[in-house]
Amino acid sequence: MPKRTFWLAAAALVAYAFLYLPLVIVVVYSFNDSRLNAEWVGFTFDWYRKLAANEEMLLAAGNSLLIALVASAVSTVFGTLAGLAMHRYRLRLLPILVLAPIAIPEILMGVSLLIFFVMLNFTLGLVSVALAHIAFCIGFVAIVVRARLSGMDESLVEAARDCGASPAQAFFHVTLPLIMPGVIAGALMAFTLSIDDFVITFFTAGAGTVTLPLQIYSMIKIAVTPEVNAVSTLLMLLTLMLIVIASKVSPSLLRSEHA
Amino acid sequence: MAHLEIVDVTRRFGDFLAVDRVTLSIAVGEFFTLLGPSGCGKTTLLRMIAGFDQPDGGRILLDGKDLADLPPEERPVRTVFQSYALFPHMTVQGNVAFPLKMAKTPPAEIPAKVAQMLEGVRLSGFAGRFPHELSGGQRQRVAIARALVTHPTLLLLDEPLAALDAKLREEMQIELINLQRDVGITFVYVTHDQTEALALSHRIAVMNKGRVEQVDEPDRLYSFPRTRFVADFIGTCNLLAGPVTDTTDGVATIAVSNLGPVVVAAGVAPAQGAAGAVALRPEKVRLAAPGTAAAAANRFAGTITGFLYQGDVTMYMVRAAQGHPMEALLANSASGLAKFFEVGDAVEMSWPADAGHYVEDETR
Amino acid sequence: MTRRHSGRWGKWLVAGPPLVYLFVFFAIPALIMVVASFRTPGDFGGLAPLVGADGEIDLNLESYTRFFEDALYAQIFVKSFWYALATTLICLVLAYPLATLIANSERRRRDLLLLLVILPFWSNFLIRIYAWMIILGPNAALARTLNGVLGAFGQEPVSLLFSAFAVLVCLVYVHLPFMVLPLYANLEKHDQALLDAAQDLGANGWQRFWRITFPLSLPGVYAGSALVFIPAFGIFAIPDILGGPDDSLIGNVIKQQFLETRDWPFGSVLSIVLTASALAFAALAAWVGRRGVGRLAAGDA
Repeated sequence: MPKRTFWLAAAALVAYAFLYLPLVIVVVYSFNDSRLNAEWVGFTFDWYRKLAANEEMLLAAGNSLLIALVASAVSTVFGTLAGLAMHRYRLRLLPILVLAPIAIPEILMGVSLLIFFVMLNFTLGLVSVALAHIAFCIGFVAIVVRARLSGMDESLVEAARDCGASPAQAFFHVTLPLIMPGVIAGALMAFTLSIDDFVITFFTAGAGTVTLPLQIYSMIKIAVTPEVNAVSTLLMLLTLMLIVIASKVSPSLLRSEHA
Repeated sequence: MAHLEIVDVTRRFGDFLAVDRVTLSIAVGEFFTLLGPSGCGKTTLLRMIAGFDQPDGGRILLDGKDLADLPPEERPVRTVFQSYALFPHMTVQGNVAFPLKMAKTPPAEIPAKVAQMLEGVRLSGFAGRFPHELSGGQRQRVAIARALVTHPTLLLLDEPLAALDAKLREEMQIELINLQRDVGITFVYVTHDQTEALALSHRIAVMNKGRVEQVDEPDRLYSFPRTRFVADFIGTCNLLAGPVTDTTDGVATIAVSNLGPVVVAAGVAPAQGAAGAVALRPEKVRLAAPGTAAAAANRFAGTITGFLYQGDVTMYMVRAAQGHPMEALLANSASGLAKFFEVGDAVEMSWPADAGHYVEDETR
Repeated sequence: MTRRHSGRWGKWLVAGPPLVYLFVFFAIPALIMVVASFRTPGDFGGLAPLVGADGEIDLNLESYTRFFEDALYAQIFVKSFWYALATTLICLVLAYPLATLIANSERRRRDLLLLLVILPFWSNFLIRIYAWMIILGPNAALARTLNGVLGAFGQEPVSLLFSAFAVLVCLVYVHLPFMVLPLYANLEKHDQALLDAAQDLGANGWQRFWRITFPLSLPGVYAGSALVFIPAFGIFAIPDILGGPDDSLIGNVIKQQFLETRDWPFGSVLSIVLTASALAFAALAAWVGRRGVGRLAAGDA
């Protein structure tokens, strides 16, 4: 029915415009030669130049990168183990602990970790943020890895054992190479989640530590300048790159459930 | 000499008895088949021989040695999986070399051994291909090459031909027979396909509900089924069940309801009143126009109710005068006629006493 | 896996590290917070000593009593609930046609269309909020056009930014992908033959949607609703940035209790009540979903 299809397509087009227009505006205004994000004046790279000279911003970016690298590396190892364990064994506690951080409101995890660190007299800073990020990234990695495992022919591991491989050899020669796309995709996902995280970081960073999202937050709370547009554009570009890599490694990732 | 001995092996999954006190003895160099419907326990038994599963009771002995505490990788047994389980991230070369690597074969010797093995299964030019670049039959041969490259003494095959189409399956059956003869090792083969089992095996164990119903050579299994299940499962069969009313001189008479008394030659005389059945193959039933049938121990009138024309033969569905359904298979051998009978024709069925085979009716 | 040979310690070698990590950095903090909700706030923020000067263990229900007695917090809770519910419903209305279109498109185009829905979700959360600051800003085209029209009718100009409207638009914007994905996953599995059969039996387009497609999509609707409702209920950054002084939601109050007032017991109470009610709502949705599907399976549709 062409009429129905037409209205469907029109509605979908509106939805896509709703999704993308805001992001396009941020990118366009990052090249706008005006302090006001109101109308197009002229093309400039000024905001990027200012950004490059903004030491506070560079420090925040460095912190974010460091935290994301550490958090994604550790959570990939733990998340892969969790995915394997959930696939292979009947466990009651692990799936709850893995999935709960994803299912509950983020703010709960932020404030409970705040109490936890303060009670232990643990200085809030880069380390506490990284520890918190690892905790919520494990679940995402585990889900991707488990999805990959459930698509794997179970008899392959048995075949490896049958061919004389010990359980460890079967894992390193057969299971790991086959789930590698899922592991890499999970790692990239963890990296993106960590570098983008605001809520949990907000509560666990303490007063002196700044990450990129925290810096953006304070900038838009105090004074909106197009520098924010520039840093946002760069961050979007980075995320886009990671997603392209992830989709090359694991094409099914983008089709599987994310939430 | 017994190569593989399975003694009183039992396996439970919760309340379900998957394998129930199975005892088998398989000889060196034998092509032995476990045949049965899905869920009969044949695959569970195979997995216990391979070491992927452990019996709850009983023992599995290979060359007299108990396998109980050996993990799969330490058993001198290889498996050809139903899905072939070729490692998708390795080439044919990599797949066949894998067991050699695991066995710590000196790396210098591996290529020659793999090449020799691939030549044996006529896949010499395919070493660099990945499994997904092969046809079903080629994958099957890689799986066999991988299983045989370390020269195991026992090969387990789990429905290895199930994924192939009918024509290829027939070709592979012949290849398997030749292969088994050439390498001379023991094959334990699992299938639910009775024609495949009859064509390939030296001996067959028919399994049902976790138990072995009968172990015999293929022709004896077909001609002399011991139980009603075996008679029904192997080939098609008219099962004429009823109480035994008379046994004299090795001939039993069974009162079959809706048909009448049927006489059958029984090797071991059953007790009077025992629940029995006559297993009668459709090809043993003669059909003739009424009044023209030759004298025979069993003669019953009937009507043709339908037929399945199969070219060389026709299977006729006949209803006996008292209502019992029967099947009769006739070769379409009449010159000038496509087949003998049409639906509605009155016929006379007959068969001698030794055409049928007496089986215990365990369903009563 | 073999039962005997993989060994019991093999299982704990795999499951152990993530289990221990999540226990320490998720379960224990959550438990500490539950305990904190029964304690007394410290004189200078945080918590008073667990064992008081008199040697008694100090656990009480004061913060819970305060929460249930002070109408202000109940109001904020109800307001947060309505925001989350409105967000869920608007997302559903927007996501349904989108998910239908994606599910009905050719297989090759499907992945791209789906990717386009997911992509904004992967851009930074704050950037997506910030984008609406620009769009709804007083100098932007939208506000100027609107106030121009209002002015022509002799009305006072309004501010789009720092308003309930801004909060709601952004809540919908941020959560829309969470509704599209489960809906799509459900709609994609629908058998076209069912619709053909319904048409063959005389159902028109609307009847086919309302009697076949929609009831079958209910599991997707409930899953998407839970995925939108729970985070929307606990949000604090969006009202914090885009809302006016009256648009504080429960998340903002929690933030305030922990970082400004530093009343940890009361903040813990709010967090616990928030989580419990969000999960209860999700469980309710799942239960209704199962019951609905069961009823459909029984043929009473």
